[in-house]
Amino acid sequence: MAVTTPHFKFTGIAVCILAFFSQILFSQPTLAADRIGEYVVPSSRAAQVKQCVEPADHMRRYHMELIQHQRDATVRHGIRSTKYSLSNCISCHTGHTAAGAPIAINATGQFCNACHAAAAVTLNCFDCHATIPSGEGWNHEVAQQLLLLPPVSEGAE
Amino acid sequence: MKRIVYREWRIPPSRYWSLLALLAAVIGIAGLSTLYVEHHGHWVTGMNNSVVWGMPHVFAVFLIIAASGALNIASIGTVFGRTVYKPLGRLSGLLAAGLLVGGLLILVLDLGRPDRLIVAMTTYNFSSIFAWNIFLYTGFLAVVIAYLWSMADRKGWPYNYSIGSFAMVWRLALTTGTGSIFGFLVGRDAYDTAILALLFVAMSLAYGLAIYLLVLMFSFNEDQRPLGEVMLKRLKNLLALFIMVMLYVVLVYHLTKLYGAKYNDIEHFILLGGGVYTLMFWFGWIIIGSIAPLVLLYHPDYSQDRNWIATACGLTIAGGFAAMYVVIIGSQAFPINMFPGKTIVAFGAMTEGNLIASYLPSLPELLLGIGGVAVALFITAVGVRVLQFLPESLADNVIDPHYKAS
Amino acid sequence: MTYASHSHSSPDAIDTPDSIDAVDTDRRQFLHYAAAGVATVALGGGAVLTTLTATAEPRTTPVTSTHRWGMLIDTTKCAAGCDACVTACERENGLNLQQSPTDDAADWADQQSAWIRKVTLRDNLTGQVTQLPLMCQHCAEPPCVDVCPTGASFKRADGIVMVDRHTCIGCRYCMMACPYQARSFVHQPVAQKLTQVPRGKGCVESCNLCVSRRDDDRQTSTACADACAASGQGAIVFGDLNDPNSPLHQALAQVNSRQIRQELNLNTGVRYAGL
Repeated sequence: MAVTTPHFKFTGIAVCILAFFSQILFSQPTLAADRIGEYVVPSSRAAQVKQCVEPADHMRRYHMELIQHQRDATVRHGIRSTKYSLSNCISCHTGHTAAGAPIAINATGQFCNACHAAAAVTLNCFDCHATIPSGEGWNHEVAQQLLLLPPVSEGAE
Repeated sequence: MKRIVYREWRIPPSRYWSLLALLAAVIGIAGLSTLYVEHHGHWVTGMNNSVVWGMPHVFAVFLIIAASGALNIASIGTVFGRTVYKPLGRLSGLLAAGLLVGGLLILVLDLGRPDRLIVAMTTYNFSSIFAWNIFLYTGFLAVVIAYLWSMADRKGWPYNYSIGSFAMVWRLALTTGTGSIFGFLVGRDAYDTAILALLFVAMSLAYGLAIYLLVLMFSFNEDQRPLGEVMLKRLKNLLALFIMVMLYVVLVYHLTKLYGAKYNDIEHFILLGGGVYTLMFWFGWIIIGSIAPLVLLYHPDYSQDRNWIATACGLTIAGGFAAMYVVIIGSQAFPINMFPGKTIVAFGAMTEGNLIASYLPSLPELLLGIGGVAVALFITAVGVRVLQFLPESLADNVIDPHYKAS
Repeated sequence: MTYASHSHSSPDAIDTPDSIDAVDTDRRQFLHYAAAGVATVALGGGAVLTTLTATAEPRTTPVTSTHRWGMLIDTTKCAAGCDACVTACERENGLNLQQSPTDDAADWADQQSAWIRKVTLRDNLTGQVTQLPLMCQHCAEPPCVDVCPTGASFKRADGIVMVDRHTCIGCRYCMMACPYQARSFVHQPVAQKLTQVPRGKGCVESCNLCVSRRDDDRQTSTACADACAASGQGAIVFGDLNDPNSPLHQALAQVNSRQIRQELNLNTGVRYAGL
């Protein structure tokens, strides 16, 4: 068995760390851009809409900030305009079984989980937030209305 | 008086490592029980919506006030210029830091969301005495480290008095703040009085010294270092004095509460009809934890015997836990007096005859508390081993300038 | 259609149109969606139009201190054996979805969340029995807000005292401080919850005067007050303490009412008559 001297051990660790960071710095953006479209679940309403509330690039990069901003506005100031609301993310991106039953959005392979698992980022929204649209209330009425909204097309301009 | 020489704790490696391994095992078990509670939620503990702070808080508050009490020994040497106490200063600082870290760890690990510690460290509400305490606790550690530096480093020596004085003020603020966590609660009859801050200061003096004495006697005994009668007698008399001060404040506290008719119910509960809490108060806190140690410490024969002195320290500490149990849990178990002149027949799920909140500590929370004690001892054990905290000798001819060999 | 509703603008929106930046910045986008929505209405006909008139009006501007929400509870109307308010509260906030993780019913009774409790009292002198529901009293000077180390426990501008679960660390100091024992700690993982009431293990929660209803202009009451009225007691009047014309204000002017633990001078938003 080869004896690793401390010096070599250190170099080895350094190389590993460098490799890790270069992976993050250089490869991930392209990786994400190529593959991320696959994460929209076909059985979700999002699959029928041409674009999210912001262009997809923007959402990929900044969705957490948008949600967090809306979160403080909602909890502290009661602002419930729905553009960046998490409950709307959920009602649009929830996948459905063949029978039409909603699947938890953080379940394996579903919208939130698939991407967050790939990026290895823990999210704890669903410690508290419902993972499928549930209960009554205006957020569901809003979601219902959203359903009637046609995919944005050139003709609508 | 001879020059004081400090040396690392040199007990045999096998013995030292077994001690560390034992402490590490206790800490490990506490870690596992924390994970267990955090995974399942607090329903696996005895805590509920009435008794919201339980066993972990008993241990944590005890350790935190004992920490500031342990630092008191150093203050006596530095601030009050008692040279006899100076050799005790370094261990005093180390033990204080260890106890505080142990207590804080328990508090943090008992949070409903310990993963959000970063939130607690970055978002403050300055009207909360709890938020101030976060600064008092972390600041205490910084002050103690500076204090230790001024005691141990030649370059620090000129600042020793000023840092020492500052540390004493800080530790008083810390204990006052901890007492105020309870004292500022206007909603509960057992609290809502500033004398709790004083009571906590008095308790910290007694419990900090009791722990200090035990650690000192144990470490010296293990390493066969001489601990003279003069030193021991001073410390045990000081402990007795502190216990009496504490008893006095307890007396004033209850007299204050007994005077107003408003507080009759809670006083009756704690002093007479509270079952386990009454037992804890009289038998645990007063008899075992205060009277018995006083008798031992002043008894003409027993007070000469080191084993009995150690026993007195142990009883004082046990009484300290009983005191915390009464102050923290007993006060919550008694229903809040919301409707004076009326008897509560039903309160949600609770009904008449059954209104005293039940609380039975579960094993995981007990283990978490013991783990905090182990952390405090672990830090101390590592400290005295790797750095020069303990004086070579506290024999009479070393510490006492006026010692004459008989 | 959501966005279409914004172009109609609620009265609030006219007062301070751009007060919260990122939420309101993309007015263009709103109009874009609005145009799409209107196009749909034009094309879609009757069915869609009905939906438009029933449009939900989520709030677009920060709450202000113009309103201060509160309640008057007339204990003389509160009936023995009735727990309509408790049941309604549980249904509204998903508390009825709680499942006991333990077999020990006695333990669970004091560990499950209770936002509202039915309390029965007997006068020590006369033996007179009083019934009342007890929930968060929504103090103007709330002790729970004072003691919270992170500021998670806060009072909204319209007087609602509530917990921001995003910054609550679960220290439970607010529960120690509350003079009404109105708060609950979530002791167990929450498997089922409602979209409008997120709740989860390790945070503290309490009555928030049905806060999501408060942010909807069409709603004028709380679940408990509705249920109390529906059960025929009508013991709970909900409304705006600041508005002299509100039914609550008028009811308060007509009866003797008091605060529970009045001596603490917390200026509670919930007042009791006949106590």
